[in-house]
This record gives sequence, C-alpha cells and structure tokens, in this order.
Amino acid sequence: MIRLQITDYPGVKSGSRPNIKIARRDRLQMRIFTLFSVFCSLFSVCYAQPLSSTELINNAKQLDGKIITYKGEVIGEVMKRADFAWVNVNDGINAVGIWIPFSLAREITYTGSYKAKGDIIEVSGVFHRACPEHGGDLDIHAQTLRKIDSGRFTRERLNPAKRNQALILLGVLFLVWILTLFLRK
Amino acid sequence: MILKPTIHDIKIVGYYLGKIILGLACTMIIPILIGLGAGEINPALDFLIGLEIGLIFGLILTKICYTERDLNWMQGMIVVSLSWLAAMLLGAIPMYLSGHWGSYLDTCFDSMSGFATTGLTLVQNLDHISLAHNLWRHLIMFIGGQGIVIIALSFFVKGASGAFKMYVGEARDEKIMPNVMHTSRFIWLVSIVYLILGTLILGIVGALGGMKPSNAFFHGACVFMAAFDTGGFAPQSQNILYYHSFVFEIVTIAIMILGALNFKLHYHIWMGNRKEIFKNIETITLFITVIITFSITATGLTQAGIYPKAVMLFRKGFYQLISGHTGTGFQTIYARQFVNEWSHLALVGVILAMGLGGAVCSTTGAIKMLRIGIIFKALVEDIKRIILPERAIVVQKFHHIKEIFLEDKQVRGALLITLAYLVLYGLGSCVGMFYGYPFLESLFESTSAAANVGLSCGITAPSMPAVLKMTYIFQMWAGRLEFMSVFTLIGFFVAAIKGK
Repeated sequence: MIRLQITDYPGVKSGSRPNIKIARRDRLQMRIFTLFSVFCSLFSVCYAQPLSSTELINNAKQLDGKIITYKGEVIGEVMKRADFAWVNVNDGINAVGIWIPFSLAREITYTGSYKAKGDIIEVSGVFHRACPEHGGDLDIHAQTLRKIDSGRFTRERLNPAKRNQALILLGVLFLVWILTLFLRK
Repeated sequence: MILKPTIHDIKIVGYYLGKIILGLACTMIIPILIGLGAGEINPALDFLIGLEIGLIFGLILTKICYTERDLNWMQGMIVVSLSWLAAMLLGAIPMYLSGHWGSYLDTCFDSMSGFATTGLTLVQNLDHISLAHNLWRHLIMFIGGQGIVIIALSFFVKGASGAFKMYVGEARDEKIMPNVMHTSRFIWLVSIVYLILGTLILGIVGALGGMKPSNAFFHGACVFMAAFDTGGFAPQSQNILYYHSFVFEIVTIAIMILGALNFKLHYHIWMGNRKEIFKNIETITLFITVIITFSITATGLTQAGIYPKAVMLFRKGFYQLISGHTGTGFQTIYARQFVNEWSHLALVGVILAMGLGGAVCSTTGAIKMLRIGIIFKALVEDIKRIILPERAIVVQKFHHIKEIFLEDKQVRGALLITLAYLVLYGLGSCVGMFYGYPFLESLFESTSAAANVGLSCGITAPSMPAVLKMTYIFQMWAGRLEFMSVFTLIGFFVAAIKGK
C-alpha cells in the first residue's frame, strides 16, 4: 500500500503546486518510515547482542520483563533445585543469577574457581529486576543456553620467585632466632 | 606540661606489640594447612612468607624491647592502636602476593576491613581466589571480631594486670568474669561453640540447596565467621545473593543478631538467666530501633514500588536493614541497586540503622545500643525534671544485667562517643563529596566504613581515589577501636615531638 503511494502518486498532476506539496509530504513519510525501520532493526539487533551485567543493573527498570541475552563464565557451582538449577554467570564485572531448567544446565561441564576456568555460556531469557518468584532477586529466567567456549582445569605451577623469597626469609628467621638466643644470654 | 615519652615507654609498647605480632603470625598456619590440603602450593607459599615476616618482626621486637614491667593505661592504649595497624600491614602481605588486589593499599584496605569486621572490599576476580586466601579473608574477621588483643590475652600474656588496659583499649569496657583473661577465654569459647553449630547449619542448608557438601561446609564456615563477627565478606563476588536461598538468608539473619548481642548477655543466657534478654536495655533498644528504621526503609521502598510482595520486602528490605543495623554488611542486592532502585527515604532508613549499631562488648561497631538507651533515658529524665515540681527528686534507672542508676558520668561518656561517631561519619562524607560523589551516597558509604558495616552503594571500588581509600581505612580503624586508643596514639606522637 505504502509502496503504491510512493511510486504511482494517484490523482497527482505533475507541475501543479499542491501536487508538489503532496509529493514532498509522501517523500517525508517515506524517509520517516525508512528511518523507523532502520531504528527498529538496529534495536532488535542490539537485543540479540548480549547485554553486560552493568547494563542490566543500571537499566533494570527499562529491561524488566524483557527477553535479553547475557554472556559470561559460569562460576561457583550449578545448584540443582528440583527440575531447575541456579547458575551464576560472571561477565567479568558482576555475576548474575540464572534460573534455568536442569536439563539445559547439564551442558555445563566446568565452573569457575581457583582451579578451573568455567564454561563460557550465552543464555537468553526473561530478565527480572526484582523477581516475584525468587523473593526480589535480580535474575534471568533462561529459555535457551549456548555453550560458547568450554572451560578447563588450570594447572598450578610453583612460582620460583615466591619459593626463593620463602627460603631467604626462612634463613633470616633462623638467623634472628639464633641471635635472640645470644641476646638472652 | 607535656612529658616526652621515655625509652621505657617505647620498650614496653614494643614488647607487647611484638607478642601480638607473634600471635597474629601464628594464625597464618591455618591457611597454610588449608592451602597444602587443597593442593594450592603458591597460596600456601604466600602465607609462609607472611608467617616468616611476622615471626621475624615479632621476635626482634620481643627480644630488643624485653621487659618485665606491666603496662600503664597510656601504654596499653598505644599497644592496641598500633597492634591494629600492624595487623593490617601483616595480614595484607599474603593477600597482596595472591595478585587479586590492584595495589598494596587496596590489600591494606581489605585487611583493615577484615580485622575491623567492616566488609567493604576492593578484591578483584574473587570468584577465582584460592581456598586459602578466601579462608584468610574470613578468618581475619573472626580474629578481629573477638579482638586481636584477646588472642594475645588468651594465649600469650600471662598474669599481667596490664592486660585489662589492652582489653579496654580494644573497645571492650565490660568484663564478663572477674579476671580479664578468663573473660577472653570465655569469648573464644562462645565463638567456637557457635562456629561449630553455625557451620553445621549453614553447611546443611547449602548442601540441601544444591551445593557439593565439601563446598557447602567451607562456605558455611566462612559465612558464619563473617556473620557472627558482623563482618560482611562472603566467599563469592555476589555476596549472599550467590546462594539464592531464603532459608540461608534466615539462618544468616539469626547469626547476625547473635553476633550483635553483648557477650555478657550470652554468658547470662548460657547460665540459664534467659529473662535477661527481655529486660536488658540493649535488647529493648535494639528491638525498638529495628522497628523504627525498618518502618522508614519499608515506607521508602513502598514509595519506590520495587518490592510489591511482603516476602520480597522482607528478603530485600529487611535483610539489608538488619545487615546494616547489626554492622554485618551482607547484601542480597547489587551495590548500585541501592542508588538506582531504592528511594532516598529507604536509604536514610538504612543509614540510620548502620549508624546506630549493635550492643557493646559484641563484635559490632557504631554508636551502640547501650549508649542510645542511656541518652534516651537521660532525655526522659530531663523532661521529667521540667514537668515535675522543682522539689521532686527524679531518679532514672536502667537494666543492664543488673539495675543501674543513671549518672551524669555515664550520659557524658555516651554523648561524647556518639558525637565522635557523628563527626567520623561526617568526615568521610565530606571527603567523598570532595571527590564528586553525591551527598547521600557519600554519607551511606562513609557511615558504612566508620560504623564497620560493609554495605556499599557502589563507591567502594578499586578505581576510587587513594585518599578516599585511606580515609575509609582510618574510619574503620578509629570506629572499631572507639576512638580512645586512637586519640592516645595521636597524643603520644604529639608528646614525642612537643614534650619535655
């Protein structure tokens, strides 16, 4: 319909002033519509992009109840609660609680701790500023989970500088102890 | 005329300071064992280095300054104030070596926050910290909550009458038993019995909530130490929100309240005098102030309309309030939610609660309930004097373990400490505002630091100005020691410069 209006200009005679006005108005409408379409598509793309925890916390009111995407490292452990589970996901700034069906949480293999780097996951779901189901928690009720990167155990290697410092200090401590024995005498 | 401190003054201070440093250094054996047990070699080395440094300094001080003299009041106060600074510097060493803090100042901030049972933190990437370091963060709260000097009194200082002076200097002016050393041991007994019980309960709740039993009991021990000592650190970056458990929150509320009660009251309850809890001026004042401050907070939150259900208001509104009032600082909301979501009135309610604190001779900071109760009683007495005929004799009493007649001396003491706290809250707020933070946020964070609470509205971050970090360190230190030993230390330095 809109396309027809743009191309055919029904009832408009070329050259006349009112017709020029109508054509200008239509062009303006067209531009507004194009701009609106571009804005809408950009907005939807933005929503598909993962939001950071800071964005979620700072714009909680605007995002409340919306379907959002969030990405980060699974930390701590997967806490199973009946058919669901709590998974805490840290995006490097804050960790956010994700309420997820346990069947989806099974995909998680590694959780972040001193000895492991957790799986990097991306979840999509409903964001709650103050979840009525969970006593007002700021959380995400996940509907989908995608593992972006698998975690791994981190191997700890002995830090030679620390070992040397400890040995030198042990020597100093022994020396001081010997000296204090003489001091007592 | 101000007298210059003598070499004997310095020697005696050095000797007792050395003993306390030795005691503190020995506590690092616990994280070393945990580190070795968990296969965390580098963290164990961090604590070994800290232990060695502590032993070296402690040995040098005790031998060079060896004396058999007893402490006087001034020396006792100075030992206490310096011990807390030494604890901060020593406790920060293994934390700094872990690489989880941006600078040594940041580590000192967390170390003082831990020892002073505040709970404000500048740690980075907490979710990947070692078990040894995580335990240490909570252990320093346990040590600081009972009192650094209490350790020395319990294990290292034998038969010294000067022990009482150090005990008082650590903001504990009430003896539970006639002997101060027995009092210290009783405080440890209470704390350890509760530690075992609390860890068991929190561990079971955690395990039922889906945590692995080993993790659940480790978290249980850490959270108990932070809750009973009204500290506020937690093993994960989300603090108590990590657990997503109503039962866990209820248990921590009970532990926080236990920690906010006077150890003398614990003693009387243990001895079967359960009625004391209903008669004591501190518990009555605590009950009233919780109702008043929660009413303010709840009104503010209702205005904001964020928590429409009662259970939400309880888990978010009441939890942060009781956490603030007991001086704990556990949070079940994100720091910025205080500013973004809560109304100003709700924030004022929490600030008031934080500023009031718990009981004297407990692990809390702030003005404390006994002083608030005394000031209120004095106000009532003055009003009665105005209303009643001039000839009438007005006598005011209050119940604190026994019936006590209200005297001007008690009122003066209570008002002076209250005034000092108000000045301290104001000082931090002014520094915060100087750096461009809004008034209410500055007041919130400053009160939290000075009252040793630990709730944060987001100002406390590794990126905050160094001067503000130092201001909060000073506030935590002065607030925990209730000023007298800090003033004595300042006086000592003035006398050293200007004295004759």
